[in-house]
Amino acid sequence: MTAPVAISLSVNGERVEARILPRLNLADFLREHLKLTGTHLGCEHGVCGACTVRVGGEIVRSCLMLAVQASGTAVETIEGLSDSGEIADLQAAFRDRNALQCGFCTPGMLMAAQDLLREKHMPSRDEIREHLSGNYCRCTGYQAIVDAVEMTARSRVESDA
Amino acid sequence: MKASAFAYERATSVANALELLAVHGEKARVLSGGQSLLPAMNLRLVAPDVIVDIGELAELRGISVKGETLVIGALTRHADLLKSSDIVKCAPLLAAAVAHIAHPAIRNRGTIGGSLAQADPASELPACMLALRASIVVRGPGGERRIAAEEFFTGIYETKLEPQDLLVAVELPVADGGSAHFFQEFARRHGDYAIVGLAAQAARQGDGFADLRLGYFAVGDRPVLAKAAGKLTGVAITPARLAEASDALSRELDPHEDQQATPAMRRHLARLLLLRCVASLLNRPDLHIGGRA
Repeated sequence: MTAPVAISLSVNGERVEARILPRLNLADFLREHLKLTGTHLGCEHGVCGACTVRVGGEIVRSCLMLAVQASGTAVETIEGLSDSGEIADLQAAFRDRNALQCGFCTPGMLMAAQDLLREKHMPSRDEIREHLSGNYCRCTGYQAIVDAVEMTARSRVESDA
Repeated sequence: MKASAFAYERATSVANALELLAVHGEKARVLSGGQSLLPAMNLRLVAPDVIVDIGELAELRGISVKGETLVIGALTRHADLLKSSDIVKCAPLLAAAVAHIAHPAIRNRGTIGGSLAQADPASELPACMLALRASIVVRGPGGERRIAAEEFFTGIYETKLEPQDLLVAVELPVADGGSAHFFQEFARRHGDYAIVGLAAQAARQGDGFADLRLGYFAVGDRPVLAKAAGKLTGVAITPARLAEASDALSRELDPHEDQQATPAMRRHLARLLLLRCVASLLNRPDLHIGGRA
């Protein structure tokens, strides 16, 4: 009775068709079926934020979404954002400010940070902290991450001026 | 961990969802945003045989104002509540509360109907429903019915919903000009489940309240509409009266113990929130400053 289900979705702009079991979550679909391993699975119950991806332009937890629920949607992963150059400056700022050590949380952090920067051009440090509050980092103590996001916001505002 | 295997049905209409629930009954769980159900399934706390996915039912999504009633469809997401001008105008308490629900990525998926049906005693929206005199609109085999929020929540993760019922909307009276609200919670990290929280709605009258509804959450097995509020309505609020109400609140609550707090700590925090709430609603900082919790 748990038959495979056909799904069709766009992942980083490419059309993907697959037959999957309903229990498969979107994170495992991306990692195991599409080999897009930039999306990380930490807690698998929505607490750590490492699996954050975009669905329909909005960030979601890919561990708390079934792959079948993503059928018909447009999914963007860290590979997509990285390859398109959309977050190249944010990635450089993370490197420059030492905003990562082990790097496990980084894809989710970048996803959440870019989501904030698309919404608000010059967020305060408190707003940055609040928007990233759903993403755990066990290495950096967060200060450097907030620095990197703040630095990116400032340089984007300056380059727009 | 991963969810155990289940069969998946995507409902094509509310009628179709009800048919599926009628067929599968207790073996099925309704999936809306999945931000409570999927963690529980991943942790194998629940293992339904069948998932009925109502996520595509556009008819259950949206916010509208009909006369003096604000109607919120069950599939309206927390992110939608946060962005809605109707919510700010007609139920500002909800707007204040939703900012405390989890994190942006979860608010983009989680729905009001899902949160209420889940009935987690530490979640914000059930307590808001009590404070706001909400009616929960439910459709089942016998047709549509409305359940007062005060009756709806019956225990931890338990409600008046039957296995064949679908929560379709909530209805709230539109807040009038004289009303005021207060929302605050204590949590280890912004967006985490509250240690204790308070969602309050009031009608002010002179230097007191004509009506005061105190919806506490994370203080027991279900949200609590504190009866102690009765001691603060229709009277002039003095520090002595407030202390009396605070003592009554302390006796009335029967908080649980968990990793986050002891019952004594929860009582203390609930009393502190009462002081802050009354001082804030009446704009009387003197009631809180130096006030004994």
